[in-house]
Formats: sequence, structure tokens, C-alpha cells
Amino acid sequence: MTASINLRKLRKRLFSKTTFRGAVAITLVFAGWELGSRFKMPILGSIPPPSDVLSVLHRITADGRFWHHWLASFQRIFMGFIAAQLVGIPLGLAMAMSLATRRFLFPILEILRPIPPLAWVPTAIIFWPTTESSIAFVIFLGAFFTVVLNVIGGARSIDQRYVRAALSLGSRRRDIFWKIVLPATLPSIFIGMAVGMGITWEVVVAAEMIAGKSGLGYFTWASYVGGNYPQIIVGMLSIGIAGYVSSGLIRAVGKIATPWQRPL
Amino acid sequence: MATGALGIHGVSKVYDPDGARVLAVDNCTLDIAAGEFCVVVGPSGCGKTTLLNAAAGFHDITAGEITLDGRVICSPRHTQPPGAERIVVFQNGALFPWMTVQDNVAYGPVVQGKLSNAEARRQGDELLRELGLAGVGDRYPADLSSGMRRRVEIARALINDPKVLLLDEPFRAMDALTKGVAQEFLLQAYDRMPKTVFFITHDLEEALFLADRVVVMTTRPCRVKEILTVDFERPRSFRVRASRRYLELKTAVFDAVHEEATRAFEAGERELA
Repeated sequence: MTASINLRKLRKRLFSKTTFRGAVAITLVFAGWELGSRFKMPILGSIPPPSDVLSVLHRITADGRFWHHWLASFQRIFMGFIAAQLVGIPLGLAMAMSLATRRFLFPILEILRPIPPLAWVPTAIIFWPTTESSIAFVIFLGAFFTVVLNVIGGARSIDQRYVRAALSLGSRRRDIFWKIVLPATLPSIFIGMAVGMGITWEVVVAAEMIAGKSGLGYFTWASYVGGNYPQIIVGMLSIGIAGYVSSGLIRAVGKIATPWQRPL
Repeated sequence: MATGALGIHGVSKVYDPDGARVLAVDNCTLDIAAGEFCVVVGPSGCGKTTLLNAAAGFHDITAGEITLDGRVICSPRHTQPPGAERIVVFQNGALFPWMTVQDNVAYGPVVQGKLSNAEARRQGDELLRELGLAGVGDRYPADLSSGMRRRVEIARALINDPKVLLLDEPFRAMDALTKGVAQEFLLQAYDRMPKTVFFITHDLEEALFLADRVVVMTTRPCRVKEILTVDFERPRSFRVRASRRYLELKTAVFDAVHEEATRAFEAGERELA
């Protein structure tokens, strides 16, 4: 029953005007790129045409090493990202709930926050025992500040009516936290996660270019160094798709975790 | 029925006592009997809500005392924290959007540790059915109409068997038809389980339709200007609105409020000048 309904929904979405327009736009971009590249137009002329990229892609996807780079980047992302959530969400909530904690930690946070994650790379390499752990640390920083700030913002902007109503209904302090503040903050937490995930991909690619021996960033940079231009494009598109898949995953989890939210 | 007498004795509230010293409530005295439906009307910003919030335990007062069944619940020295014996229903509604209707209604008894989750839900469903709200239990508030939401919120308050219901313009911003239905709903609920009700509104028709007594407040600072007894029998139907007595009362309350509204308006003009 549900499956058949979902199938109908899927078909509806697949053949909708929106999908059609999107497909047309992507096709046009690729067609323009192919032509521009083949006929040596300025700028586009120095980029390999999509047909070359496709043939390289075809060859390379059969090679296990390519997928190994995907796996390596994803592993780093999820380690650093999950660590950032595990530290950032409780910290943000603590800072939102307690004025003393906020006053204590906020100045430190505000000084460290403007430092771009990549500026941490040298110190990270010095401090952490392995390259892998230093990359994970830099990724962690990339997501961490966004998460903390979103959690604080979300938890502090809760409509006081809800808190008052909950008090009026006889809530204890811990009920206010678990049943009011936390669920009311969940949407902001997921927004912070989605934004943090975007930053995380930027950071991982750059970190891999500087210090990695694997991963999509390393793959792209190595292709450049090796002079394989179509492969650079394959690397870039891979990063794009990987980022898209990651944020899609977060959106999906967010949708399950906040079923009361209406899609915008 | 015998409990829930709310006493407001010589209550004053000064906001920002060290700075601008805004006197919101000035020596206000009002006794609401147990089980009485008392409606308070007055110009916007006159301090009615300040009074209600003090009774709810959301803030303190500068002078006087508020008692519940003779026990002091709010005075300059002591404010009893909010609790389920005095439940507030807010102007814009405060159903928790992240909980289903069922969980919203069950919330009070569960956090107070009075009922288990399952039992609270069962009783909540029963109450919703009794109040004509069967079948909405597993929906989220966002899926309900504004009128339905407000009715659920009243059910969420009633399940706790509070001594006093504090309603701060609960039906504001509703269209006339929805409002009418919501008012009838509240009256039915009140007839079924009479509670002391402290109800704030701007709508004089609403006041007369619901109240045992209508209390007209002065413009800021808030004081009791006039009290009108509304002697229609209960249960009431909307037909009372067509009676001669209704018209008399309406004229009387309108005169009293109009005078205050004019003063409030002129005071506003002066502030702007």
C-alpha cells in the first residue's frame, strides 16, 4: 500500500516540470561546455571537453583506487563531523541554558572562530601524532563553530510562551530542557549541521591537497600534478556529488527527527 | 467546586522601579469566587496581563498580595513559582509544535508525575472525545485550524484539573465564526467542569457572553473601574445575545470601557506630542 503510493509519488516527481527544467539546464551546460572546449573558445578551450572526462570517468570507475579516495574522504568527514556534533551540540546547549557558561566561554569562542580552519593545518600537523588525526582535527574545527553558534542561536530564540506554558503545566527544570528546549532547538541543530557539512567538504579537500596521501582532494591535486586534466574534472565533480549526497543525508535525517516541521 | 477562590488585594506593580518607574497596576483589588467565570476588560496595555502574569507566578508584584483559597501566592516578598493549579492559556497559543495533540494534552500529568505516559494518553483521549475533539490526537498542532488548536489547548489545561484557569485573550485574532465556536466550546467545558476563570479580552460581546461578572479596568495604571454582574442562566446559548437584558448590559459596559479607551487614546496622543 505505502510502497505503491511512494512509487506513484516518485513517478510524479520524476516526470514533473521541475525535473524536466533541471534536466534541460544540466544538458545545456554540458552541451555548451563540449562545444566551447572543442572549438577552442576563450577560457573553455583550455578545459578538457566532457566527452573526454566521461571516457576517463568510465575507465577510472573500474579502478578500485578511485573508490578508495571516495571512502577516505568520507571517513575523514564523518569522523571530524560527528566529533564536532558530539562536542558542539552539548556545548552550545550548555551555553544557551547557563549565562555563566556563556559569559565564560563566549570570548574564547569568538577569538578562535574567525581563524579559518586551514590556518590550523600547520599547528595541527605539529600537535597531532599522525597526518590522519591532524586532518580530522581541522575538519572538526570546520564544523564545530557553526554547530555551536547555531545551537546557541536556536536555543536562545525559543518563544518564551512555550517555556511559560510548560512551567504553568508543572514542568521541572529537566523537563524544560528535555521536552521543550531540546526539541525546539532541533531544527536549528539540523540547519547548523547542513551548513557545517558544506564547510567540512571545503576543509577536507584543502587539507588533503596540503597533507593527504588519499582522498578526493588528494586525487584532484595529484591529477593536476600528473597533468591528467580530464581527471581533475572527474575529481571536482566527485567532490560536488559527495557534498550533495552528504547534505542530502543530513536533510533526510533532519526530516525524520523533526516530523512536525512543514517543508518550506 | 469549593476551591479556587482568587483574591487580588491592593496589588501594585511598578516596572523598572529604579529607572523610568512605570506604574502598570495601581492598588487593584478584586475578589473572584471559587468557580466564578470572571472576565476582565480594559484598554490595550492597561496592565491586565501584568495582573494575570503575577497570578500565574511569572513575575512579582510591588505591593499587595494575591491569594488562592486564602493562601498567599504572590506578594512583594514571595512569588510562588508557576504550577499546574493555575494554568495559563496564552494570546497566541502555546501548544508545543513538536508534540502531537495527544502528547500535548498528556504533557501536564506526565511531567507532574501524576500519571504514567500510557494512562495520561488514555485519559487525554477520553477528555478530547468528551470535548468533541476525537480523532485529532495523532496530528501535530500545525495541521489544525486556529480554532481547533485553541480548543486543544483548553483541553490540555483542563486535564490537570487546575483550580484556576488564566486565559489571556485566548480567542484574539480569530475570525468571528471561529471565535463563536471557540467560545461555545469554552462554555461547554466550563459547564462540565466549573473552574475559577480569569479571562482577559478586548471583546465586549465575548465578555458578556462568557462571564458571571465583567470587570472593567481603567487605563494605565490599572485599577478596577466598574464591575457588572451578568445574570444569564447557564448553560448559555448564543441566543442570549438577542435578549433585552444583553443590550442593557452591553450599553453599560460599553459606556465604561469607552470612557477609558478615550482616556488611553488621549494619553497616547500626549506621549507622542
